[in-house]
Formats: sequence, structure tokens, C-alpha cells
Amino acid sequence: MNQTSMPVTFITGTRKGLGRALVEHYVRLGHAVAGCSREPIDWHLDGYVHYIADVADEQAVHAAFADVWFRYRRLDHLINNAGIAAMNHSLLTPLSTLNRILSTNVAGTFLVTREAAKLMKSANYGRIVNLTSVAVPLKLEGESAYAATKAAVNSLTDVLARELAAFGITVNGVGPTPVDTDLIRGIPKAKLERLLARQAIPRMATPEDVANVIDFFVRPESGFITGQTIYLGGV
Amino acid sequence: MTQDIVAGIIVGLLRDMEKSGEIDLPEPCGLETPLFGPEGLLDSMGLVSLVVGLEQALERDHTVTVSLADEHALSQRRSPYRTIGTLAEFAVQAAVAS
Repeated sequence: MNQTSMPVTFITGTRKGLGRALVEHYVRLGHAVAGCSREPIDWHLDGYVHYIADVADEQAVHAAFADVWFRYRRLDHLINNAGIAAMNHSLLTPLSTLNRILSTNVAGTFLVTREAAKLMKSANYGRIVNLTSVAVPLKLEGESAYAATKAAVNSLTDVLARELAAFGITVNGVGPTPVDTDLIRGIPKAKLERLLARQAIPRMATPEDVANVIDFFVRPESGFITGQTIYLGGV
Repeated sequence: MTQDIVAGIIVGLLRDMEKSGEIDLPEPCGLETPLFGPEGLLDSMGLVSLVVGLEQALERDHTVTVSLADEHALSQRRSPYRTIGTLAEFAVQAAVAS
């Protein structure tokens, strides 16, 4: 057991991309950081503990959070970053793809939040941030399955904010514009440019842009801010 | 792990809730004491606290990992959370199945 006075932050989907960048950001800020991904990571960072867990696997998620509790005896922050996408016309999207995206993006967010909130409840304190997407407000064609799951994540943010408020836990969302990660690798360049043109500030988001909003939500002083979703880029 | 042992854990958790002013625990309390529903001790948030506390106590003190979530939670007839006894039996069954 390694009880810590540092804030403990759990991040899902940390093997690469935005998740990994967030791990590095919060380790730099002095947090004890834990996270998970379905596949093993090929990197190491002092101050970070990794679990191999599919966020939609109830037993694996429970085991990861049981270990977090054993190690730290606290959990301050959860960042629900894990997400998958499939850019395709709805008429060309098989049911198996829809189920896969639902499983990770919706069931995963629900399960991880449930287990994290049980730990946070012990201290009557917690900050949960869900990653959503501008695909919802922009109603992006070709992303019906992905956008629908992120709309569900927005609903989870709204309702969980109310359910968990009594335990001192806030739940908020951040919706980045496209970030240069694997998630958007399949989007044609012309389509990406059309998407960026619909933003007030027409550029890709950086991990620092996303971390800036999360930093705001997880501050102790942000205890009166819950059920809010902030979109980047003026969407 | 028996129903009586789990019931003892539940009563301990309820006594903690009484100390913090959340509930008034009747004396004596036992397997038939209503928890949730008509004449139950707990409102929905109190029930959440008790169930989560029981899961954590079983894992911490008995190395038994169970999920006590149940889709009939709010059903008056079939809820496993009706009384101390039904919740204890539900936890024992969940432990056997796990």
C-alpha cells in the first residue's frame, strides 16, 4: 500500500494519443496517475501505473479500481478519455461496428465512472471529466454511430452530475475539435478542412488545449461547476 | 460466508450511518428490519451508501469481490434490498456465484 498526499488521477485510453499526453501532463503537475488501455503500453513513466483493461469489461474495470484503492487509498480525478470511432456512412456501417463503438464509448464511460465514484464517495470528493466531441453539435455526416455515442456521453455527464452531486463529485465534459491522433487518421483531408472551417477558430486542437479545460474542471475551486460541457474552437 | 455474518456487517454499516445522523436505527434490528421500500430506513441515497459500503467491506475484510447492483433495486416485491436479511442473502448468493 502506498498512501499518497498527491492527487490521484485515473485516465482511460492511455496507450497513445491524447490519453498518453494527459498522463504526461498530470505526472508533470505532480499527480499520482493511473490509467488503462486494452493493449499493453510500450513506454514507461515514473509516477504512472498502467492497467491492461478494456473499459467495457466489468471485471477488469473493477479489478483496476480495487488496485487503485489498495495502492493509494484515494481517487481524486477520473478522465474518461477512452474512445473509438468509425468514420463511415450509416448505410455502410455494420451492426458489429455500432456495437463496438457503443461498448467502448458508452458502456465503458458508465462502468469506469461507476467504479471510480464508489472510491471518490469515501472522501466525499471527486472530479470526473468525460471526453465528448464536436461531432455532436456539428452533426457531422459520416459519423452517425460515433456522434450518437458521444451524445450519450453528454447525457451521462448531465445525469451523473445530478446523481453524484450528493457525494461531492462533479461531472463535466470537454469536447475537443479534431486532435492530431489516430482517431482521425481515416478522415479525408478535404473533409477535415471543411470541418475545421465550421469552427470559430479554424484549427486542430492540441493536447494542451484539452488539458487546459480539464485542469479547470478538476481544480478544488471548481466544486460548484458540474453538468457542463465545453466545446473547443468556438463550436 | 453466511447470511448472519453479512447481516452483522450490514448492521455495523447502519450503525455508522446512525452515528453520522443519516438514519434512526430501530432497536432491536435484525434480518426482518426493513431497509428500502415501505417503512424502510433508507432513502435512495442512503441505499446507495449502504450497498457501496457493503461491497467495499466484503472486499476489504473478506476478500470477496461482488457487485450488488440489481435491476430490481426499486421493485417493492423483488428488490434484494427490502430488508437486512434479503440484502445479506443476496450478497451471499453473489459471493457464491463469483
